[in-house]
Amino acid sequence: MALIELAGIERVFQLGDSEVHALTALDLSIGTGEYVAVMGPSGSGKSTLLNLLGLLDRPNAGTYRLEGRDVTTLSPDEQARVRSERIGFVFQSFHLVPRLTAAENIALPMTLAGIPLKERNARVTKALAGFGLENRADHRPDQLSGGQRQRVAIARATIMQPALILADEPTGNLDRHTGEEVVNLLEGLNASGVTLIVVTHDPTMGARARRQIVMEDGRVDQDSAHAPA
Amino acid sequence: MRLPDTLRFARDAATGYPLRTALSVLAMSIGVAAVVILTALGDGARRYVVGQFSSIGTNLVIVLPGRSGTGGFNPANAITTTPRDLTVDDAGSLRRVPAVSRVAPLAVGTSEISFGGKLREVMVAGSTAEFIPIRNFTVVQGHGLPEEDWNRGSSVAVIGNKIREELFGNAPAVGQLIRLGDRRLRVVGVLKPLGQGLGMNTDELVIVPVSLAQAMFNSNTLFRILVEARSREAIPEAKAQVMEILKQRHRGEEDVTVITQDAILATFDKLLGALTLGVAGIAAISLAVAGILVMNVMLVAVTQRTGEIGLLKALGATARTIRLAFLAEAAMLSSVGAVVGYLLGQLGAFALRQAFPVFPAYPPDWAVIAGLSTALATGLLFGVMPARRAARLDPVQALMKH
Repeated sequence: MALIELAGIERVFQLGDSEVHALTALDLSIGTGEYVAVMGPSGSGKSTLLNLLGLLDRPNAGTYRLEGRDVTTLSPDEQARVRSERIGFVFQSFHLVPRLTAAENIALPMTLAGIPLKERNARVTKALAGFGLENRADHRPDQLSGGQRQRVAIARATIMQPALILADEPTGNLDRHTGEEVVNLLEGLNASGVTLIVVTHDPTMGARARRQIVMEDGRVDQDSAHAPA
Repeated sequence: MRLPDTLRFARDAATGYPLRTALSVLAMSIGVAAVVILTALGDGARRYVVGQFSSIGTNLVIVLPGRSGTGGFNPANAITTTPRDLTVDDAGSLRRVPAVSRVAPLAVGTSEISFGGKLREVMVAGSTAEFIPIRNFTVVQGHGLPEEDWNRGSSVAVIGNKIREELFGNAPAVGQLIRLGDRRLRVVGVLKPLGQGLGMNTDELVIVPVSLAQAMFNSNTLFRILVEARSREAIPEAKAQVMEILKQRHRGEEDVTVITQDAILATFDKLLGALTLGVAGIAAISLAVAGILVMNVMLVAVTQRTGEIGLLKALGATARTIRLAFLAEAAMLSSVGAVVGYLLGQLGAFALRQAFPVFPAYPPDWAVIAGLSTALATGLLFGVMPARRAARLDPVQALMKH
């Protein structure tokens, strides 16, 4: 069964008097456990696509089915719940809360979801160990290296055991070596069954994905899944 | 989000920006401290005045000669305008009034007192044995005026403490003969030092039997009659009965004025209570200003933390969660401010009491409760708008501002 099904998605932004069609008549299907790289020039609509997939934005037209459920018609609170339970975000600039420690940042989605402290602590301990951050638990983001920060962010994205991880240029602020580590980490998660969608400019990173989608002017220009073999 | 988590999150957010937090806490605490100190001043003034009035005696009804207040021009009054004087017999007749427990006539004048070559001018109060208990004076040496026929005063005097000091120094005063005007009197008692009490300084007073005073001043009129009602509840009854008897004695004319200490007290109480309320109102304005400041601070916080709000939304926070987190923060700022302000206010009131020991500068309970709850309410009220603004932010826009 397809995890994500987009049909006839339109997203129009109003910029002054002119309308900008960020996404036009987009149909896309992504299966469970896929590893997809979304590429394309700036303004091609790939960030808009990612925001739509993450339920941070609503399309002007079309339907979005996540795990078979139409999520475009959900109320904001229901969408928040879906984000909380099914979707993990990894951002280019990490987006850690500066005043919280690494452990607290990782626990944040569970805190927001109202999971009891005891279970939170157990899961965070496990996550810290899994991401090699055991002795960084009480460090604040400004005391961590870029690679460590992104590992904390990935730990946070996975702590609720989502079905889908959306990564927006996850290596954009990292050097080649730590970027490589982060990609390995994400690919490891994908290997364990999590669907991974990465937006990237970097062709080498894009090439590592099993499926490449190239966007152009709000449309899918190339999709390796449908490419003539 | 669970409540303890919301509170912890709000606390961390508040402590994460110490300057901002300190400023709004300061503003709120100044507001609350102003309420506490100003009402302490107002209520202290009220208590001080009430205390001063109470010290002249309890359940006191005072009779003064002459009719106070005007009833318009009355041709009958034009003929008999001179009010009858109060006499010792008038006072004596009041002893039969059932609602009255004690009566003391009072004649006042000034004279010269001398002893051992020292001479000074003094105020002389001519009265009876009951004058001292009615006025709540205490005799520290010797005893008060003797119980005797009011028309036959023995040659004795009770003197104020300052007179004793000036005339006798460290030597014993009781039993000594002094000269008062042209009389020789024996000192039988000394009053406890009290200090200033409503215009009459008892420390410089000489009390003699009323008939003696009248003879000295060559008059048979009284300055006042002091009447003590049996109880607080009996005061109106005593007032009416006193009025009735004096009217009868004065051939049906109401030519005396009867005032009760209670009435004076109630007037001052009301007046100064209103003053306290007014002052509290002024102080409440500073609370409102503090509330607006908290709102400003929270609005800045929302702008400062736009990226964080976007992140929270991406991580699955509902609008309600975000609203609650910001409201909790605003409530925290104002409640900490309120508590700090309360402590500052109590400290200020304490300092006032230390500086002016006679002035009972205690903030009234209602003011403290009203001040604290107004602080909390304004903090919450002004926190609603920023919290709603935070909850309404578009997550995509918010995430880009990081």
